Amino acid sequence: MIHTQKNRIDAVFARLKRERKKAFIAYIMAGDPSLEQTKQQVLLLERCGVDIIELGVPFSDPVADGPTIQSAAERALASGTTLRRVLSLVKELRATTLIPIVLMTYYNIVFKYGEQQFVHDALDAGVDGVILPDLPPDEAAALIVCARAGAGGRSLATIFLAAPTSTDNRVKKIASASSGFVYYVSMTGITGTALHVDESFVRHVRSVREHSRKPVAVGFGVASAQDVRMIREVADGVIVGSALVRTFHERPDAAEAFIRELKEAIIQG
Amino acid sequence: MPALDELEHAYASVRKDKGFRAELAHLNATFIGRPTALYYAKRLTEAAGGAKIYLKREDLAHTGAHKINNALGQCLLAKRMGKKRVIAETGAGQHGVATATGAALCGLQCDVYMGSVDVKRQALNVVRMRMLGAKVTDVPLGSQTLKDAINEALRDWTTNVRDTHYVLGTVFGPHPFPMIVRDFQSVIGNEARTQMLAAEGRLPDCLVACVGGGSNSMGLFNAFLDDAVEMVGVEAGGEGIETGRHAARFAASGSVGILQGCKTYVMQDENGNVLETHSVSAGLDYASVGPQHAFFYDTKRVQYTWATDNETLEAFGLLARTEGIIAALESAHAVAEAVKRARTLGKDKIVLANLSGRGDKDVQQVAQILGMPL
Repeated sequence: MIHTQKNRIDAVFARLKRERKKAFIAYIMAGDPSLEQTKQQVLLLERCGVDIIELGVPFSDPVADGPTIQSAAERALASGTTLRRVLSLVKELRATTLIPIVLMTYYNIVFKYGEQQFVHDALDAGVDGVILPDLPPDEAAALIVCARAGAGGRSLATIFLAAPTSTDNRVKKIASASSGFVYYVSMTGITGTALHVDESFVRHVRSVREHSRKPVAVGFGVASAQDVRMIREVADGVIVGSALVRTFHERPDAAEAFIRELKEAIIQG
Repeated sequence: MPALDELEHAYASVRKDKGFRAELAHLNATFIGRPTALYYAKRLTEAAGGAKIYLKREDLAHTGAHKINNALGQCLLAKRMGKKRVIAETGAGQHGVATATGAALCGLQCDVYMGSVDVKRQALNVVRMRMLGAKVTDVPLGSQTLKDAINEALRDWTTNVRDTHYVLGTVFGPHPFPMIVRDFQSVIGNEARTQMLAAEGRLPDCLVACVGGGSNSMGLFNAFLDDAVEMVGVEAGGEGIETGRHAARFAASGSVGILQGCKTYVMQDENGNVLETHSVSAGLDYASVGPQHAFFYDTKRVQYTWATDNETLEAFGLLARTEGIIAALESAHAVAEAVKRARTLGKDKIVLANLSGRGDKDVQQVAQILGMPL
């Protein structure tokens, strides 16, 4: 089936839809504490049933991130992690896994690398998509054209962020610029802040889904099985980042049990 | 983005609003003490031994620096927008003090973010902000200076965007900030132009101002862009360009990048990570620079150079001894370059330097560097 889709992310969401399931998307910081560890973490996440991996590429000034991911980025930079090395890691991973991998970083990293070169090298390495929280779709025309044209019959998904403050028109723009899925930011805030699911949250996610035929995944502040259960009711996918980064850093032995607990919550509801 | 759209819209409406402009003009005159003087620095001129040196005395503006021009304007704007709270980043502390002052005047709650290194070296301004009722939050992240304070302010704004206005202190960040700050600061150049014509019957030959983010220089330059006037922006040369410990984005290792919502010159490594900077003055210790300056650099409308920490300290002392003015270390960079330029120009020429702030905040630090007992 994978070969009929231009992108593995689309294939995963199509399969999950048929199976009436929701996507479990896991974020980890590449190179925290080392790229070898990252490789093991990716394989562990896949074994535990994660559907899509978001791989953070560290940046010195991560304005959308809270303290957990800021510290992870500092550790990753200290271990010498660069975009180039992360691309090599993905290439290496492709020998053992075909799980969709999305890079998440800040625009300057891609800009400095060269947008066209980035799209080419990312696809060549086996990357499936990119999330740049500081690049609004208004400024992304060149990247989108490049990413959609793709290389070798595959395209690179460009995933943009919608927020609770996004107006309907804005949501439409974000959705139409997005491919793979739309990233709904659960709150006005930064990663790792406590989640607050209320009526307006539910209404908002529903409205984003109405404005787009693309899958909508919710992230920022999703930290527990309970959070996951609430979000799976309204969204197509659940993104867990800071909580996972913290667990891998502070209690690596507890990581597998935590991931399995989250997966359980996605399946069982 | 919606917050920026809201801000752009609100600013467009107050810009045309006679009531708003009258209120700002009234406060400029009665609260800030504008127009600030244009001062002929006779003894400094003699010491330099060349062109006449004039100083635009922004150090005489209320709170001691040009920062109040923008902070007050934006606090009034925030009030019009119905915001209850303002936040600000600060490096030298002058913008923090100015925002705390504007907030007190407008009855707004105020939070200021400041890098840990700056909290230590500009301790006086931290106390001033607290006395003015602001909460100062120490930012112990990254290089612990202005850049990191901006990151933290942006994180706060993202979180509290509904009731909070971010009073960005310089001509930086996403549109419309560079435009708003330029407009509120353009009073400097508008006044200086009129004052110079009154004093000398002609325009100056050369303008000099220091450039951190670039707000005081933009405020001065803006009124002279269409004139045949040379303009010089002075960056922080730190311990010397060759040491790599500086903040000379144009003059040294800066290249085009995207940081904190704008495309401009950034001191960064080959992977796009922002490099640490160094300057004796907290206000110039910043890895990036306003996008309009990037444009002036590319089009060569403004020349950019630097003054090292040592040259700055020398100019700081010279100005104090010849003119009885203790300048901010930021502004002393401009003085250093003004003296240098005056030396190379004939006596019939005029150099106008922007004295963007006063140096009370730096007295402790300079005393320490010079080994003077406190």
